[in-house]
Amino acid sequence: MTTQHATVERDDHYNFAYLDESTKRMLRRALLKAVAIPGYQVPFGSREMPLPYGWGTGGIQVTASIIGRGDVLKVIDQGSDDTTNAINIRRFFGRVTGVATTESTPAATIVQTRHRIPETPLAAGQIMVFQVPIPEPLRWLEPSETETRTMHALAEYGGMHVKLYEDIAQHGHIATTYDYPVIVNDRYMMRPSPIPKFDNPKLDGSPALMLFGAGREKRVYAVPPYTRVKSLDFEDHPFRVETWTECCDLCGSRESYLDEIILDDAGTRRYVCSDTEYCNDRQAQQRAGGIPDEAAA
Amino acid sequence: MYVAVKGGERAILNSYRMLDDYRRGDRGVPELGLDQIREQMPLAVSRVMAEGSLYDPQLAALALKQAAGDVIEAVFLLRAYRTTLSRYGYTQPIDTGRMRLQRRISSTFKDIPGGQILGPTYDYTQRLLDFSLLAQREADALPAGEEALDSAMSRVTDLLAQDDLIDAEPVPEGDPEPFDLTRQPLDFPASRAARLQNLARADEGFLLSMGYSTQRGYGNTHPFAAEIRYGALEVEMHIEELGFAVTVGEIEVTECQMVSQFAGSAEEGPKFTRGYGLTFGYGERKSMSMALVDRALKAGDLGERADSPANDHEFVLYHSDNVEASGFVQHLKLPHYVDFQANLELLRRMRAERGEPEAAQNELMDEAVSP
Repeated sequence: MTTQHATVERDDHYNFAYLDESTKRMLRRALLKAVAIPGYQVPFGSREMPLPYGWGTGGIQVTASIIGRGDVLKVIDQGSDDTTNAINIRRFFGRVTGVATTESTPAATIVQTRHRIPETPLAAGQIMVFQVPIPEPLRWLEPSETETRTMHALAEYGGMHVKLYEDIAQHGHIATTYDYPVIVNDRYMMRPSPIPKFDNPKLDGSPALMLFGAGREKRVYAVPPYTRVKSLDFEDHPFRVETWTECCDLCGSRESYLDEIILDDAGTRRYVCSDTEYCNDRQAQQRAGGIPDEAAA
Repeated sequence: MYVAVKGGERAILNSYRMLDDYRRGDRGVPELGLDQIREQMPLAVSRVMAEGSLYDPQLAALALKQAAGDVIEAVFLLRAYRTTLSRYGYTQPIDTGRMRLQRRISSTFKDIPGGQILGPTYDYTQRLLDFSLLAQREADALPAGEEALDSAMSRVTDLLAQDDLIDAEPVPEGDPEPFDLTRQPLDFPASRAARLQNLARADEGFLLSMGYSTQRGYGNTHPFAAEIRYGALEVEMHIEELGFAVTVGEIEVTECQMVSQFAGSAEEGPKFTRGYGLTFGYGERKSMSMALVDRALKAGDLGERADSPANDHEFVLYHSDNVEASGFVQHLKLPHYVDFQANLELLRRMRAERGEPEAAQNELMDEAVSP
């Protein structure tokens, strides 16, 4: 089920990838700076896009500035290629670039995402583009941008450790479940965008380049390939990710992030992979006798 | 079967068709023409041009039609179009003292050179529904006024400046190219030019409320409307090849200058300070609100107490834009089930640990991941 999509017809009224070339150059310069200073938020002249702020304008601008005619684009939202927002963004790039789009993670050269990192490991040469609503990890501790920029400059991150400690003291757990703060390359604190903390380990030492774009807040940042990304924790409260007693109802996976589906008014539930491409792939392999169905075992 | 989000592409295309149908309404009613919107809803057109930061009544009317009358959606449409336009350069600064006036009032002097001109205003209309508008009717053209207005009328603040009673606000040395909010990210401290650009594009409702808050004690500006004027101006552009400026068009603007008392400091004596508001088209409420907020944002620089919301640069300038705000508020419509699932998992685990019965049956394991 890893289909190459029939590409939407290219609309020649717009420059390739919508943005004009000088805007792309401005963005690429900002991205180069972001790659050079891993985890540092680089301000950029965010443009007004024909999609609403908060719906991926940052990620779209990043993708638009790096995409070339030979690229193959995958767009996911909540891990799925089929959510309306993912479809809409894929259609947008089809319309303004005419490049091939795909649902296959290995086949993609660029993966634009909201809220997930694919389960299939990424390879060197691939680029992940994250849509970021609020780039500042310290924002809930300090609302002023002037203050938080100073805190980053001084690596003054004690407040975040205090917050996590207070969570443990109050609830017995760190109560942050997504957008879980990380330290990149032992220097900058970074928001990994609202991915569940389940996906945080995939950022660490990834062979793929990770680019983050926040359109409304006008910031880009990056994690270059093979960079150390450490999720904040304490020696006696190590970082943990979500686990389920259930497995995927469709492919039987026990390793993937599961979505909970409510089936009826009585509250009957089932669990399925949030990464639809990974799940479909496994089901196809099972039908071909490739891998055993763990659920049946 | 789990197919809740399948078929999204077809659903999107169908939503386009349903939206077209909704916008068009009863086919028995003639379709709205852009000329009707432009000519008979000029205040809506003005607001869309002002907050869309693009002076084009025809495109603003198109945006209003396409947005089915939703002003913020129309502003968004116009902005998304504006961002694709190449820019050829900057026009010469406009001189509002030389505008062809439709309206001009001052609340600070009983009479002023050139006089008070009410012009087209809702101010004294008594807000009784005019049932004669229920029926279509032919309206006669307005005959020309008996006396022509002066072609140039000094602004009230210029008259105050002659007596050195108001802050001068000279053009900065070397007249540097202005900051461009649509090309550069806002940073702090924000220059006055950046602030005014932000306020000029800002949502009218937001500025109205922020300005209102300063009048009710959240910030203390004691403002007077020194002058409000509305009219038309020619826009000129200096053409390199010709060596002189040529007129490239005419725009309507509304300008408001508020004056507030300033007690003075160790460095300077007491004087009036200004708050400035300018909008495309006819936008009196917006320009007055903008002037109040502009003045409130100066409080810190003037050494006044600046601890109210309207004095807070980051608070005002980061939250004034309705396209940004509307997008981010409405992004909550997008699926968030992955993050919600993460919250659900934590909540169940914490309830299980407290021995809550409902959660116990759904007990979740907790495995450490080697760091």
